[in-house]
Amino acid sequence: MSEQTTDAAGSDEILGTDGVQGAVQVQAGGPDAVLTWDETVAAYDPVLGLEVHVELGTATKMFCGCPTEFGAEPNSQVCPVCLGLPGSLPVVNEKGVESAIRIGLALNCTIAPWCRFARKNYFYPDMPKNFQTSQYDEPIAFNGWLDVELEDGFVYRVEIERAHMEEDTGKSLHVGGATGRIHGADYSLVDYNRAGIPLIEIVTKPMTGLGERAPEVAKAYVATLRDLLRALGVSDVKMEQGSLRCDANVSLRPRKKKAEKQSEVPFGTRTETKNVNSLRSVERAVRYEMTRHAAVLAGAGSILQETRHWHEDTGVTTSGREKSDAEDYRYFPEPDLVPIAPTPETVEALRATLPEPPVQRRRRLQGEWGFSDLEMRDVVNAGAVEIIEATVAAGATPAGARKWWSGEIARRANLEGRELSDMGITPRAVAELDGLVQGGRLNDSMARQVLDGVLAGEGNPGAVADARGLALVSDERALGAAVDAVITANPDLVEKIEAGKVQAAGALIGQVMKAMAGQADAARVRELIMERVGG
Amino acid sequence: MSSLSRDDVAHLAMLARIELTDGELDRMLGELSVILDAVALVQQAPTEGVEPMSHPLPLVNVARPDEVRPGLTAAQALSGAPEADQQRFSVPRILTDD
Repeated sequence: MSEQTTDAAGSDEILGTDGVQGAVQVQAGGPDAVLTWDETVAAYDPVLGLEVHVELGTATKMFCGCPTEFGAEPNSQVCPVCLGLPGSLPVVNEKGVESAIRIGLALNCTIAPWCRFARKNYFYPDMPKNFQTSQYDEPIAFNGWLDVELEDGFVYRVEIERAHMEEDTGKSLHVGGATGRIHGADYSLVDYNRAGIPLIEIVTKPMTGLGERAPEVAKAYVATLRDLLRALGVSDVKMEQGSLRCDANVSLRPRKKKAEKQSEVPFGTRTETKNVNSLRSVERAVRYEMTRHAAVLAGAGSILQETRHWHEDTGVTTSGREKSDAEDYRYFPEPDLVPIAPTPETVEALRATLPEPPVQRRRRLQGEWGFSDLEMRDVVNAGAVEIIEATVAAGATPAGARKWWSGEIARRANLEGRELSDMGITPRAVAELDGLVQGGRLNDSMARQVLDGVLAGEGNPGAVADARGLALVSDERALGAAVDAVITANPDLVEKIEAGKVQAAGALIGQVMKAMAGQADAARVRELIMERVGG
Repeated sequence: MSSLSRDDVAHLAMLARIELTDGELDRMLGELSVILDAVALVQQAPTEGVEPMSHPLPLVNVARPDEVRPGLTAAQALSGAPEADQQRFSVPRILTDD
């Protein structure tokens, strides 16, 4: 007997929020054939469509007052509404609608002046009502865009088709069977704590003109969207916990020699890859599907329109189910919920609450901090923008804050596989550490020792420096005597410096630092040497 | 006359996860056709210039504040379940191998 839990990844082993239609295809034989990446992009032009589901961080579910705590005991956050018991009636969560509108506005969408919920009917135990309350042809937000900037500065404008409100499903635990997968399970155990948690589904228009940048743009889009949602404060956007999930639609069409002719070529058949739950996976899954499609098309085969499942461990997708037609869901307007009709005043009031968009914000901060493009890119890649901003606000120099967070602390966070914010050191402590360096009390190597102490829980930087006896010698007389002694003992080096070989000063500085047991400010030592020798 | 086919009924039965015998399929085709024909009479009503209506009451934006309200305990929630295990609802296997 085996068990397969479908935990927080947001979807069952086989399906996500769409339920099941049609038959699961059992994978037979070995892995699918793929073309090399170079062959793929030389012969084919990719078209992408990304669907992102974001779980809102509301206190309660979308249509009932049940709490939404992650990791609660099974079926402890349920009520007659989210269990679909007869006679229960849903009422919309005001905050859920506001969050949806704010997301729509942040994505430069038009907000519908009037829209309804719809029932998406399917029979699957993850929704006890046998339908998911969603929106169909009247999404609350539509026709927007989001600019995505790649590492090399290339900006791609992703057109947003729609953002609509819906609810999450329950989680299934599949028990029994030889493989532990759904189609081998003897029975399933369902926990409805997640059923009814507000979801916003954000759907792009087909993304064209990407060429070999397609995987990178896909990843950058999800990353940019994540940053935007975080800045909006509407979700904790933790991909590893399933509060942000991505489905990637990929198709290929033959590549035209003349780029301007490319748009005349009709789209190929697409596949939808689910279970893509990390930024890195988004990039890998798109790349893999492109090479798989290319192999099928190059062999004169045809792509089956279907759901594919991404396997993080092996880096491949496998066939899921054939994609069902929308009419099989028999959508109809939800009779138990009245329409949503945000007034222009409401929309404008919500627009006034929008934060500065992440891309603009980065550009502004880069200017304020005086970072080079390369430095700023490192900061962004280290996920350190917010934490550096907080550190500067706590009094650090921007250069000092950057040096610690995207240098030493980022290095240690990487080694330990942790987030910067989980490293046990606060922006305030880093600002204090930077202050000790800027004030001339610590040099770099001492500051790193102080950092060790802070990370080991020995207290704040000042206390650690005191306890470990770390401080630069500020006694100018002692320092001057050490410098004099080293100069007297090294006439050859002095001669070189006097002859213009200033780099020879390094050896003198090293000797002074050694004589002072490392407790001297190297910059001050250089000054003292040059005063005496450089003349 | 209704244009419902036997295949339509079989498809609907599959979507609803209801297993029908051949005899039941034939019977449902007849009964559903009668219902569809009756409902089709509504289509004869003159609707030109009339807005489609899904909600009879002139209400919009009925919402509640985002505040937790007491729900059911797990024991209460599971009390009506034919089978439960590990504090979860136990349901038959979902898909077959074929």
